[in-house]
Amino acid sequence: MAELLSSGIVQTVLMGAALLGAISGMLGAFAVLRRQSLLGDALAHAALPGVCLGFLIAGARDLGAIMAGAFFTGALAALVMMLITRRTALKTDAALGIVLSVFFAMGIVLLTHVQGQGRTASAGLETFLFGQAAAILRADLWIMGGVGLAALGVVLALWKEFKLVSFDPDFARANGLPVLPLEAALTVLVALAIVVGLQLVGVVLMVALLIAPAAAARQWTRSLGAMVALSALIGAASGAGGALVSAAQRGLATGPVVVLIATGVVLISLAIAPERGLLWQALAARRARARISDRRVLATLQGLAAAHDDTHYPAERGMLKTALGAMPRSTRLEGLEARGLIRSVTHPPETTPHWELTSAGHREADRLARKTRAEGQDP
Amino acid sequence: MIAAFFDSIPAMILLTGALVGSSAALLGSFLVLRGNSMLTDAISHSIVFGIILVWLLTREIAGPVQVIGAALTGILTVVLTELLARSKLVRMDAAIGLVFPALFAAGVLLISLHARDVHIHVESVLLGEIGFVWLNTVTLGGHVIPVSVVTLAIVLAVNLGFVLAFWKELKLASFDPGLAAALGFLPGALHYALLSLTSITAVASFEAVGAVLFIAFVIVPPATAYLLTRRLWLMVLIAIALALAACVAGYLLAERLDVSIGGMMASMTGVWFALALLFAPERGLVAQALSARSARLDHDCRALVAHLFTHQATDRAAEENTRSALNTHLRWSEARADAAILRAHDRDLIERRDGLLTLRPKGSAVAEAIFGRRESAGR
Repeated sequence: MAELLSSGIVQTVLMGAALLGAISGMLGAFAVLRRQSLLGDALAHAALPGVCLGFLIAGARDLGAIMAGAFFTGALAALVMMLITRRTALKTDAALGIVLSVFFAMGIVLLTHVQGQGRTASAGLETFLFGQAAAILRADLWIMGGVGLAALGVVLALWKEFKLVSFDPDFARANGLPVLPLEAALTVLVALAIVVGLQLVGVVLMVALLIAPAAAARQWTRSLGAMVALSALIGAASGAGGALVSAAQRGLATGPVVVLIATGVVLISLAIAPERGLLWQALAARRARARISDRRVLATLQGLAAAHDDTHYPAERGMLKTALGAMPRSTRLEGLEARGLIRSVTHPPETTPHWELTSAGHREADRLARKTRAEGQDP
Repeated sequence: MIAAFFDSIPAMILLTGALVGSSAALLGSFLVLRGNSMLTDAISHSIVFGIILVWLLTREIAGPVQVIGAALTGILTVVLTELLARSKLVRMDAAIGLVFPALFAAGVLLISLHARDVHIHVESVLLGEIGFVWLNTVTLGGHVIPVSVVTLAIVLAVNLGFVLAFWKELKLASFDPGLAAALGFLPGALHYALLSLTSITAVASFEAVGAVLFIAFVIVPPATAYLLTRRLWLMVLIAIALALAACVAGYLLAERLDVSIGGMMASMTGVWFALALLFAPERGLVAQALSARSARLDHDCRALVAHLFTHQATDRAAEENTRSALNTHLRWSEARADAAILRAHDRDLIERRDGLLTLRPKGSAVAEAIFGRRESAGR
């Protein structure tokens, strides 16, 4: 591992992948919040003709020209999307599919045209389909770093506006914010993230690099700032992890590894994130069921005591079962007994177990009844 | 004659394209109407995973097992996506964008780990090569026919049978799923049946046109047809006709320019869409612009009549009922004033008398109707 890290190429790839992951993670957060996750997919596919055009115009595999081309067709695709959804009865998903497939098809046509010219330098163009982190040069890092800093600058400068537009565009409009230009700016930023991310994961998997870090980060926090930062962090970690794995194991392409790492982070987050996570939800549901069961046991015992005019009326298990519909778990009854709220008693000559409410139990039952009334719910 | 047809490479390529195009357009019409376009995107990407998985298990690269395996992957994609969306932890669009890249990435990695020497190239799954349909042939009734032509013909027959048999149910479920459920038409079962057939068609088509270009055939011709008609049966027929036209035009252009045939066919569907978007009667952008212009002119015409009516027979008529007054008092541009005057003339609403604009009887009637309505509304 240490040997691996000391290699100059690996260092470059590692830094590049982490940088790209961080940029897409940061900007993807806004796309996910604005329910535009798949716009990233469409724009990524739409970047392919731009990549080829950039190559054709520059005449070589010049990263600057290719990025400019990809950005141009990506932005064009976003415009066409807007035109279709605003001016026709077609739904957003159809507009996305049209833009994605037609631009990609034109990209394939251009790609085969470039290859047909038989230029040796064109060999590198296919790497944009699936990405190739190993092709990142040290000089490319400066371009990516510059793009990343510019994106960060825009996000920080327009933080408040972006926040409002992402969460409540109607309110933003009512407050006189230029919503359309702001949304366009966010779309442009997503296109920018795609353009830099293409090198790492390619057009097909780019959507995952935008969505996965953001979807994972969303589970851990409710604050936009924390979400964007965490999303960038997860993106960077996935990028770096993918670069390392593919450097260590020959034949494993970086892009798919990065995507699988990011997806793994999403799955873990969905499972264990506090409050939102599935595990957490299951535990909370269990606790709520237990609380309701306890409440009903106490209320039933109190009701029986009142009906028989005996504060320590020993209720038989069959009575509890009848009143509650089903017998509560024995662990629940033991728990109530441990808290000193009920007491297990015998009631000779009967041999079945009986329970009575202690005075602390009566007070607790009164308190719960008051609380229930205040909440206006059935016990 | 028949032998010559099956021996001709262009005829076979066109036939393959036509079979893919009509199958895709047939199912796509319903997918577009139901708002499931992007599920097609997800399915056609993740069948890469199914194809390699079936190969690892059975070492078969084509045939019925492969088709069934890939169809199951397609359904798996849909089920996973819907499960994820139902957890409410991520939204539908993000769920689509999380599931299919993960499956695709896993497929790509499995191929590069276990199947480097086999005839599975991710690029060919993604892009296809319709020119290579000849490499794999079967002898049927004395004719050598490409295997994919036979497979695609069977798939088309199944799709056609399904659509014809469940026409009424599909129609209702697409437009009113609630009513379809209430009438016991099982829209859920229909949904999965439709998506299963889409998966099967995708896997049968990928060899010829590739996964991404298949999306173009599914989404773009039906979306184009939707711009042209509101009748379902006509929409399906137009979609199929557009797909066929795209195959022919795409093949001819691709041959002339020496570029990817599948890419050019899919690009042509985009050309048809662009033409319909611009020039569709009633719903096209040009028609929309014209009718907006005509409505504006009608409105100006009414304003002009009202203006003349207010001032005629008053002592300010000489000042107000002139072309220049429209300029200075109503602040209309000269062109706007001229256009309104011209239209009012054409409709026999006004005439020019003694250098003044004067209402004709028809114009007076229009004005009385305008003001009469307003007075009665005021009362």
